[in-house]
Amino acid sequence: MDRFIQVLVDGWATGSLYGALAVAVVLIYRATGIVNFAQGELAMFSTFIAWGLMQAGLPLGLAVLATLALSFVGGMLIERVIIRPVEGGEVLTLVIVTLGLYILVNSLAGWIWGFGNRAFPSLFGDGSFDVAGAAVPYESIGIVVVLIALVAILFAVFQRTKVGLAMRAVAMNPESSRLHGISVGRTLMIGWGVASLVGALAGVLIAPRLFLDVNFMGAVLIYSFAAATLGGFDSPLGALIGGWIVGIAEGLAGTYVDFIGSDLKILVPLTVILVVLLIRPTGLFGSAEVARA
Amino acid sequence: MSLLEVSDLEAGYGPVTVLRGISFSVEEGRIVTVLGPNGAGKTTTLRALSGTVRRSGSIRFDGKDVSKRSPEKLARKSVAHVPEGRGTFTGLTCEENLRVGAFPRRDKAGVAEDMKRCFGYFPRLEERRDQHAGAMSGGEQQMLAIARALMLRPRLMLLDEPSLGLAPKLTAELFKILEKIAREEGVTMLLVEQNANLVLKFADDAHVLEAGRIVLSGTAEEIQADEGIRRSYLGV
Amino acid sequence: MSAKRLRPAAWGVVVLLAVLLPFFFNAYRVGQFTQAAALAIAVLGLNLLVGYSGQISLGHGAFFALGAYASAISITDLGVPYLLTLPIAGAVCALAGFLLGLPALRLRGLYLALVTLGVAIATPQIIKRADGLTGGTQGMSLDKITAPAWSGLADDQWLYFVTLAVAALMFVVAGFLVRGRVGRALVAIRDNEIAARTMGVDLARFKIGVFAVSAMYAGVGGALFTISIGFLAPESFPLALSFAFLAAIVVGGLATIGGALFGALFIEFVPVYAADVDEALAGVIYGGVLILFMYLLPGGVMGLVRRISSTKATPRGTDDAQAGAGHRLGGGAADAGAARERVRAQ
Repeated sequence: MDRFIQVLVDGWATGSLYGALAVAVVLIYRATGIVNFAQGELAMFSTFIAWGLMQAGLPLGLAVLATLALSFVGGMLIERVIIRPVEGGEVLTLVIVTLGLYILVNSLAGWIWGFGNRAFPSLFGDGSFDVAGAAVPYESIGIVVVLIALVAILFAVFQRTKVGLAMRAVAMNPESSRLHGISVGRTLMIGWGVASLVGALAGVLIAPRLFLDVNFMGAVLIYSFAAATLGGFDSPLGALIGGWIVGIAEGLAGTYVDFIGSDLKILVPLTVILVVLLIRPTGLFGSAEVARA
Repeated sequence: MSLLEVSDLEAGYGPVTVLRGISFSVEEGRIVTVLGPNGAGKTTTLRALSGTVRRSGSIRFDGKDVSKRSPEKLARKSVAHVPEGRGTFTGLTCEENLRVGAFPRRDKAGVAEDMKRCFGYFPRLEERRDQHAGAMSGGEQQMLAIARALMLRPRLMLLDEPSLGLAPKLTAELFKILEKIAREEGVTMLLVEQNANLVLKFADDAHVLEAGRIVLSGTAEEIQADEGIRRSYLGV
Repeated sequence: MSAKRLRPAAWGVVVLLAVLLPFFFNAYRVGQFTQAAALAIAVLGLNLLVGYSGQISLGHGAFFALGAYASAISITDLGVPYLLTLPIAGAVCALAGFLLGLPALRLRGLYLALVTLGVAIATPQIIKRADGLTGGTQGMSLDKITAPAWSGLADDQWLYFVTLAVAALMFVVAGFLVRGRVGRALVAIRDNEIAARTMGVDLARFKIGVFAVSAMYAGVGGALFTISIGFLAPESFPLALSFAFLAAIVVGGLATIGGALFGALFIEFVPVYAADVDEALAGVIYGGVLILFMYLLPGGVMGLVRRISSTKATPRGTDDAQAGAGHRLGGGAADAGAARERVRAQ
């Protein structure tokens, strides 16, 4: 029984991590209609920057804050310089540009920091508390709390601020938005900035568990896409809950289903994506508009 | 000095030129309409004015040259464009749509006041204020588009075929409200319309556009009385 | 010289160069060209799927791997002569492609990309898991192919010509496919599904069919590639491979036959997934080139070649296919917006 609780709690925490990156993916999709295949790599790059800042002497908390700020700016620049020229074009174009970005960022990180892996400290320390016989690390609870707070803040920004309104309007109808005085370009930049910031946060939360290396976000990406698909692609809350479901499903399948074991766990997100897209493409929380191909 | 002065305006899409050099002006406080058959360039005219299509020539608003301004900047100068297709933000609620309309403004109190006034002109919108705009009917979305434009407190409103797709009774109602708005708010309006009958009763001045050129200009009464127009556009 | 007469002449030159090639380079280089030829087959298959029928697949590497393992297993466990394993690999992959094509009907655009991405990511793990068949992480080794005495060729040259011959055959077949009714139907589907349906094109049959054919090409390419290298393991088929194929069709030119050649050469000689010291920098260049191509040369190298060589109006058929594909890519907002404007011009 306590094994079960352990798996459940682990799955919930891991699921939160998937959800974190999924939120970043969903943010960009919401703002621009683009699925950013490079989201994980950008998060990885940001995490390396945090690591680098710590090597330079900054304490963890400060390094993370600085990284979040830098990621925000970086995201804005990427939108302006790399994505803007092809925005609004064919799906294939965007897929290829984001893939190109994936390859570029991944290799750039390898070039700068090498391909070995390294440890990354947790923001929450190493302690844990006891719940019905299972050891629940502070980290797991901390991650869940941070993410719930994140989603709440995003909700408030989207629903109650002018910037949030602009982002939603631009996502729905960029031409009409321009006629109302909204600068579409600037709004998109902000959207990418926020998404990159969230991605960096995800990276910093995930790294302590997976060890920081150039490819650590690669597998997480497909889990996050599963979470986003399950959640409905245009709802950050959906992404989080989708993440929890995927995380717990993965944990349970990995532990109790022999066929899957520990190395075929990747089949879990894949199955989720396939099932959701075939049965209910709008996911759990998405609106009907999401199913644009 | 007219509120809007256009001279030698050329505009088109890619290699195709639709407007071949038109000139007209709009006096402050007047309701001006541009009539013409399909393909004449009516929608292109409005797009050229707001800057969403390639154009050349001179456009002066309130004495200042705006012929190179982007649509966002023009909106901030209080020119509101109600486009073809209505530009509804389908995923936003009716009230949020109106808030988008007021985007360039910073006076929160004024915006709240204007929202009340909009609901006054369009009570149906107030009923639906928390519903998603995408669920509203065509007529309601048209009203919403006009209300959004009004939320800017514009000096000039550009309207692209407001009657399109609306039942005659609804159109008549809409024009009555437009007239009320024009008189009470002092908004100058430039409308393009195909429905000549209706709009000539409502407008002050009119221009007739054919194949990218203005072929006739005058007051609405003059145009209405013109033999050629009666035959081609009024079915008389 | 008109565009029509230039094309066969150009192909003639290519074939001539290809035949002379192995006599001017050392065995290692010839091996690389052999691999490029094998890759070209796979790239062509992906171009049929993505460029011509507009279905985005990020999982082409999976079929490549499937063909490779089908061939390797046939050779080592079943004792099948290596040439016969090619149709086996092709058939196995065609079936797999058919099976994947069925659910793919219900997915479009980004969703299809996502699912195929998942397949590509899962591939190395699935290979490891099926270690009874595949040898797991150890991989499998194949005996070296020797040239028959009557050919008078060195081993590497023989293998090169075998691969080249198969590639030539498959290119010719593809050429016939796209110039005929099938090709036009595919382009119609890609450009406007609704219109294609009203014209009587049986969407399902064509889309699944293309998936199967595309997978078959990947499988044959994978088999030849592996036979040439003589070894395969799960690490030989990472996600980067699927990306490489996509890069290849973009660089070479979507919806072109000739583009597959350029694309294959590009990805063979800018090795990304070979674990090497230079890997990092190569990856940066690779990704950067990909992005730049989308801005500057959305029609790929073939697009550029066409632009330079054509002096008269483009003839019907594949040129329209290419023009359509190239035009749809790149140019981004300006093009899309202008196209919409044109439709609503008053």
